[in-house]
Order: sequence, then C-alpha cells, then structure tokens
Amino acid sequence: MRRLLRRGGAMFGLAVVAFFVLIALLAPWIAPHNPLATNWGAVRQAPGAAYLFGADELGRDVLSRIIWGARASILAGVVSVSISLSLGVPIGMLAGYLGRWVDALISRITDAMLACPFLILAIALAAFLGPSLANAMIAIGISATPVFIRLTRAQVLAAKSEDYVEAARALGNPHLRIALRHIFPNIVAPLIVQATLAIAAAVIAEASLSFLGLGQQPPAPSWGSMLNTARNYVDQAPWMAVWPGLSIFLLVLSFNLLGDGLRDALDPRQK
Amino acid sequence: MLAGTFVSQPLLRAERLVKHFKAVRAVDDISFELYTGETLALVGESGCGKSTAGRLLLRLIEPTSGKVWFDERDLFGLAEREVRLLRREMQIIFQDPYGSLNPRMTVRDMLAEPLALHGLAKGKQPERVAELLRLVGLGPEHAGRYPHEFSGGQRQRIGIARAVAVEPRLIVCDEPVSALDVSIRAQVINLLQDLQRRFGLAYLFIAHDLAVVKHIAARVAVMYLGKIVELADKRALFAEPRHPYTHALLSAIPVPDPSLKRERLVLQGDVPSAHRPPHGCRFHTRCPHARERCREEEPPLAAADGHSVACHFWKEIEPFTSASRLTPVNERLTRLQAAFHTGGGSS
Repeated sequence: MRRLLRRGGAMFGLAVVAFFVLIALLAPWIAPHNPLATNWGAVRQAPGAAYLFGADELGRDVLSRIIWGARASILAGVVSVSISLSLGVPIGMLAGYLGRWVDALISRITDAMLACPFLILAIALAAFLGPSLANAMIAIGISATPVFIRLTRAQVLAAKSEDYVEAARALGNPHLRIALRHIFPNIVAPLIVQATLAIAAAVIAEASLSFLGLGQQPPAPSWGSMLNTARNYVDQAPWMAVWPGLSIFLLVLSFNLLGDGLRDALDPRQK
Repeated sequence: MLAGTFVSQPLLRAERLVKHFKAVRAVDDISFELYTGETLALVGESGCGKSTAGRLLLRLIEPTSGKVWFDERDLFGLAEREVRLLRREMQIIFQDPYGSLNPRMTVRDMLAEPLALHGLAKGKQPERVAELLRLVGLGPEHAGRYPHEFSGGQRQRIGIARAVAVEPRLIVCDEPVSALDVSIRAQVINLLQDLQRRFGLAYLFIAHDLAVVKHIAARVAVMYLGKIVELADKRALFAEPRHPYTHALLSAIPVPDPSLKRERLVLQGDVPSAHRPPHGCRFHTRCPHARERCREEEPPLAAADGHSVACHFWKEIEPFTSASRLTPVNERLTRLQAAFHTGGGSS
C-alpha cells in the first residue's frame, strides 16, 4: 500500500475512482435537483446558474443525472467484473493446473465463446435474461469471463513450469495448496491489470446495453444512455454529450491508472 | 573382500529406468544404486537426460518403465498420499537460484512450510527456522525478507535450507552450483559437504562437467544420450577412465596452472538427437575409436572389478588420465612465471 501511494498516476487514479464512488454513494444528498424531474421551461438549457452542467432534452438537470448515473456505471463495472473474476479465475486455474481433457474441454468452450464478439454476446444474454440493470451486469460479467479463463490458464501454465512449483511438490504440498499458495499469488498481478481494463470495458458495455434498452431502464439515468441520447443533439446542446463523455473517460482512465499502479505495487521485485 | 562382510542395503536403487517424452528417449534404461551418506555424481552434457533421471528418482515425473526402490519401498507403486509422506526423506536442490524460490513468499514462510506439512518442530517453528538459517550460513534477521533481496549464492543457501528442513536422507542436487559465480561455488560445495557429514545425507549430484564432481563425489556415473556409459569409483574414473566419452570430459577440465596446457580431445559434431539415437553404440558417431562393430552392436554396461563401462573396445584404448598430456604453453610464460616466483620480494 505504501508503494502504491508513492506513484503519482496511481494516486490520481485512486483519487478519481474514490471521488466517483463517493459521489455515487452520496447522490441523494449532493444532487442539486431530482434527476428525473422534467422542466419544459429548461429544455436543452445551456450550463448556467440554475443548471450548472445544463439541462437535457426533457429539461432534466445534467449534473444531477451525472451524479446518479455514477451509481449505474460504477456498479455495472465492479459487479460484472466481479462475476467474471469469480467464474473465470477458478475455471482457468482448473484448466491450467489439471490439463489433459479438463483443459481441452474448458478451452474449446472458451474458444467458442470468444468466437462471438463480446458486445454481441452480452446483448444476446441480456435479451435472454430480460431488460434490467442487474441482468445487464450478469450478461456483461458472463461475456467477459472467457478472457479471464484464458488469461488465468496461460498464467497458471507458465507458473506451473517454474522450479518453485516443482520444489513445492517435492516438499510434499497437496495439489490444492500448490494451486492456492504457490501459483495463485504469482498470477494475481496480470489478473488485476486485466480486471481494471475489464471494468473500463464493462462501463462502456453497460452504456451500450442501456442505449439498446437492455440495461438501466429509463428514466433512471446512466452515463451511457445519456451519451447515446445526446448523440441527437450534439449540434444544439453539446453539454449533454460532454459531461457524461468526460465522466466515462475520467472513470475509465482512472481505473487503468490504478490498475497499473497496483500491478507495480504488488510486485515485490519492484522497488 | 571377505565372505560375510556386512554389505549395507542401498538407500535407493534405480532399476532399468526409462522415460520417453513422446518420441524423445530422455532416459533409456539406466540402473544404479545409491548408499546412505554417499555422493553419486551423474555427469553428462545438457540434454543427456541427467536431470530427468533426478526427477524420476523423486517421482516428480512418472517413468515410462522401470522401478525405483527407496529404502526397499517401490516408489512408483505408492499412492499419491504415501508419496507425499515419503517426500520428507528425499529432497531436491535446483540449478537456478532465481527460479526455485517463490518470489511471493518470505524466507520464513518458505522454511516453515515443509515443517508444517510434515508436522515437524511443532510449537518451535521460529527457533527451527532460525537454526536452519544459521546452518546454511545466513542469520535469523534474513527470515522476513523476500527472495529478490538476496544474491544468487544466498538464494542457493535458502534453497538448501529448505531441502534440509525436513531432515531428508537423500537430496538430488541438480547442478546446484552451475549457475553461481565461480568465486562462490566452493562455498556452496563446502556447505553441501558439511551438511552431508553432519546428517549422513546421500547426494545424487548432477553436473555437466567433471571438475566440480572431483571434490564432492564418491562415485561417478557418466551419461550420454540417456544411457550410463561409465560408472566407477571417483578415483578409478579419474585415474583410469575407460570410456572414450569420459576421456573427452576429462580433457575439458581446466588446468589450474596457466603455464601448462592440456591436450584437448574435442569431439566432432553435436550430440545426436534423442529422437533417433544412433544404432549400435550411441557414441559411435563422435567416437575417435569407433569401428564397424560399434555401429551395429550396442555395448552393454559391463562391470570389471567394480568399474562399469559400456564400450566394446575399452581395453584397447589408451586411457586418458587427468595428469597426462600436459604441455608447457610457451617459453616466455614459463620464464615469466619463474621470475614472478623468485623475485616476489624485490622491487
């Protein structure tokens, strides 16, 4: 942790992520307006004293919607990646460690899933599960799982051939202990980096699903659906696109910076 | 030898061990015995199967065929659980001091793990860890550190401490000093010898040259392409090597005197592929003494007065002893050296 604090980029990432998390948690108290309240007198009003970030096509306060939308985006990112990790890592470790037919079976299923584009798969799953934010997160989580299976499997294969794993075997470690105590800690770093990248991708995927009506249901706000609506008014009301776009950009960048910093901080070889 | 002399049981007996990796015959029918407290060196160039043989003896890999008897127990007949228990008795030290220690474990964790696994030093683990560290020339203050904080030699000492922690009877040393600086090799060899004397350890010492082996081994087995071609007492092997391959290995030992040069027997060509080992004697493609019979008939490893060799014509080949065939490099160097020795004090 101390090593993480010494990194500027990672600190910036951590600060921004913490900032957004705080905003999401405190949304009911800090949002200046009700994010759902329409005001026909303020349709597409430019940023000003009344509406700090402007108003959207129904006269709703963009700032309040950004604040409430942080909930959907962060939740979608974190929950769906947690689903991917909790499915992908154990399955990938099984494939990599056991090898033989277990590996063959898991790898073929993974290949089949990877043959389908990530977003298409997520859309199909979300449509199958029914439209809601929770189902969108499950759909995104499952669609992102093959990447984690592959990464984990490859890392386990690499670690398995290391002398220290053979030493662990020679000392009489049972298989489960070798996998958890000797292999797992050595493959965590790339998984964390991949997870932060996946959070970024999941935030964008949630936005896409919301646009298609498969994610956050209107009128509840999410950055993705705001951005996609704003597409129609870019000429007349650019602020409608700028703020959610900037928010996604900042959040994704911050997760990536944080991931890089974590990777370095977790590596005992780095000083 | 007198009839009725007590002949001790070998600690370990390898019987016709074979390991093929798909088509590659890494180890092809080798047999030998290892006695308590002795060091048997397994020597050969890289790819000859010596490391594979070492791993077979510990059942870190499964053999294609053959048996290993450890303390009269059939190692490959044991169930997984029993093998795990038996690992207390047999350990391994690796060549690469960087890859053999888990980078995410402190030295303390690494040394405490084998103790916990085998229920040793219960309630006195910290003391035992400190004792192990002292045993290999490190201090208790090193216990909290990670492997990357140590030098190669220190890491190798940690690896040795880990192997010794379970008080084994056999340690397979897989080229334990090849990756170390020449300056610290002797220290590590001395440490290994010291531990052997204290605990009566048996070593299978794997090496790729005979120079290292000279100091530590009691007996030497020379391997070539998956086979043992010569197996003898160290003295006998160095004094009168029988196999032409051993001659070549001996001629490659550096001479510690710069004014002398040894005639080198440089083998022609590369080691043939273990995919398709040559017919007949496997060494015939590179052997300066090869004849027609060598191409057709594979020589068995046959013993004569305790010195085994797998060569049809060893009796007819002039032995290459380590002391022979030394010639002065040149006149000037010899003179320079003489001047250095006599005129050391004057300025």
